[in-house]
Amino acid sequence: MSAGVGVNLENLWIRFGDFVAVRDANVNINGGDFFSFLGPSGCGKTTILRAVSGFLEPSEGNVLIGGNNMKGIGPNKRPTALIFQNLALFPLMKVWENITFSMEIKGASAKERRKRADELLDMIALTGQGDKLPAELSGGQKQRVAIARALCAEPDVLLLDEPLSALDLKLRQHMRSELREIQKRVGITFIYITHDQGEALTMSDNVAVMRAGVIDQIGDGKTIYNDPSTAFAASFVGENNVFRGTVKKVIGNEVMINTNRSGDLMARISSNNVGKMKEGDDAMLFIRPEAFSLAPLGTQGDHFVTAEVHKEEFEGNVFNIFMEGEGGKEMKVSLPNLGQSFESHRGEPMTLEYDVHNAVALPAGVLATE
Amino acid sequence: MPRFLREYFNRNGVGLGSVMLGLVLFWTIGLIILPQLSMLDFSFRPNLPPPEIGGPKDVYTLENYKYLIFGPEGGSQDYNAVDLKVFYRTLIAAILVTLFNLMLCYPIAYYLAQTKGNHIRILALMLIIPYWINEILRAFALRIIFGETGVLNNLLVGAGVFDTPFDFIRNDIALYAGLGYAYILLMIFPIYNVIESLDRNQIEAARDMGASWTRIHRRVVIPYAKPGISSGCTMVFMLSAGALAAPQILGGPSSLWFTQLIYQQFNDNSDWPQGAAYAVVLLVTCILLVLALMRVFKVNMGDIGK
Repeated sequence: MSAGVGVNLENLWIRFGDFVAVRDANVNINGGDFFSFLGPSGCGKTTILRAVSGFLEPSEGNVLIGGNNMKGIGPNKRPTALIFQNLALFPLMKVWENITFSMEIKGASAKERRKRADELLDMIALTGQGDKLPAELSGGQKQRVAIARALCAEPDVLLLDEPLSALDLKLRQHMRSELREIQKRVGITFIYITHDQGEALTMSDNVAVMRAGVIDQIGDGKTIYNDPSTAFAASFVGENNVFRGTVKKVIGNEVMINTNRSGDLMARISSNNVGKMKEGDDAMLFIRPEAFSLAPLGTQGDHFVTAEVHKEEFEGNVFNIFMEGEGGKEMKVSLPNLGQSFESHRGEPMTLEYDVHNAVALPAGVLATE
Repeated sequence: MPRFLREYFNRNGVGLGSVMLGLVLFWTIGLIILPQLSMLDFSFRPNLPPPEIGGPKDVYTLENYKYLIFGPEGGSQDYNAVDLKVFYRTLIAAILVTLFNLMLCYPIAYYLAQTKGNHIRILALMLIIPYWINEILRAFALRIIFGETGVLNNLLVGAGVFDTPFDFIRNDIALYAGLGYAYILLMIFPIYNVIESLDRNQIEAARDMGASWTRIHRRVVIPYAKPGISSGCTMVFMLSAGALAAPQILGGPSSLWFTQLIYQQFNDNSDWPQGAAYAVVLLVTCILLVLALMRVFKVNMGDIGK
């Protein structure tokens, strides 16, 4: 397969009356990428997808697919295929007819269609199930039929609108790797919409984090997670302990923040904000629960916070300890489950050590939970 | 007591349950089954003056049915050409009215079901409110519109389309329009109900794959709407074939509807057995026709109730 067809959004605005659903989005999606739009419900991610598929005309700006401006081109004329959130399989057509509906439109013979359906059924591991009706399949199988139906049209770009949200956890995790697998095999561009950061991080080459119609950050999963560029991205993707305060001192790429309740803490300025933070600015400091390590009082390293063990929570693979610091400041520490317990330490003050590299300083902003 | 009855009474209570059951049984047995059986019985008996009823001449006979096919005994023709022709014409016309209705109502029902907004409710009201008016008055209103000096002729002649008024009534156009209009709601609402539950995403999915609107309707919407379409068609066909008011008022002088023949037998000729036989023939033929068409279009009886 070729390198795939890229998609560009240029100064895209989408308004519904007075409501701005998408505000000046600029995104370059490389051909053959698995690209995700990640954001809470109502952030405009589905609206963007509808603009790419052609069901919606943007109010301003352009959608380019393979460098061609899609203005005025209907969804049936674009080289895209859309997988709907509820899959929208045709309930009265057999599985093989569903899969090859796009060929039927082009006038392919039943024999040709049957052959192609069998190939695609092999690919999605549903060999021999072509004569069933969609209702006779399980959730995961329907999912795969929807993918096969979209791929049958040989689109340049596959658009997926939260297609895994109806599945149970195990199946969802399985389908993640399967989707990624299929994407690698067919080599076309996938644009994926989700509110589930786990899906976005595991499958995508690049992720765009969206909030209220605005794209906050675009980057690969690791960058988004480790080096968020806004307070929203830091708090929406994964979990984070937030410390509010003001900038006390800037030392190169690092900054000392005078936090409201936890004293002065050092942190690394997020790459996008180097040089933009200065003394006296309102700031937020983010430390991930897994970036802390617990130590007895007095054995701390250079950077630490002191807090009391409040309660513990067992999640299976990880072990969460909720700490209460000065002024009731709540902090969460996640440790891999090695059979330990902190129940006996309840009420005991301990130090939460961290590495400056794992503490990210950002200008104060809206948090995902607010 | 059988289980379903026990469950029924458990759910509804003995008092309310008995009342509802009693009403339904009275409705089906007392108002539908018994009168129809009595019609069936009538249709196999000779037309006798009252004193002779129950006497030695009151025996079962096929005479009334023979009359429809062969006409009066010793008549000039081999077959009862006049009545048979009316019968056949009525069925064909009812089928045409049904098809015309379907073509008219499917787009309306689709539009009502797939569009959102207040104007849809207003549109639905505009469809419903005329039906508050009595059927006979509506038929007369159409007669006024289609009459020789009616609104339509005035318009057409005024606009220069015709030199002289066109006789819509003699040409049965008024009749078909009246029959078509009489039952549009019975066509629109079953189709509307089904299409309303169709997932819009299926239409968009088909469109996304490049399907034309014709194909979307042929492959996605119509198969889905089939129960509603067959339900609407069945009702419109049955009611058109059995209509009396519209043919009586809007029919041309030369065009008799089969129901008018039945009416004449009962009312003008006082020949109830003959009228009953005609009515039974019409009913049975219509049912058989509907069942045959349901088989052809692979519709189940259960779907009709949807």
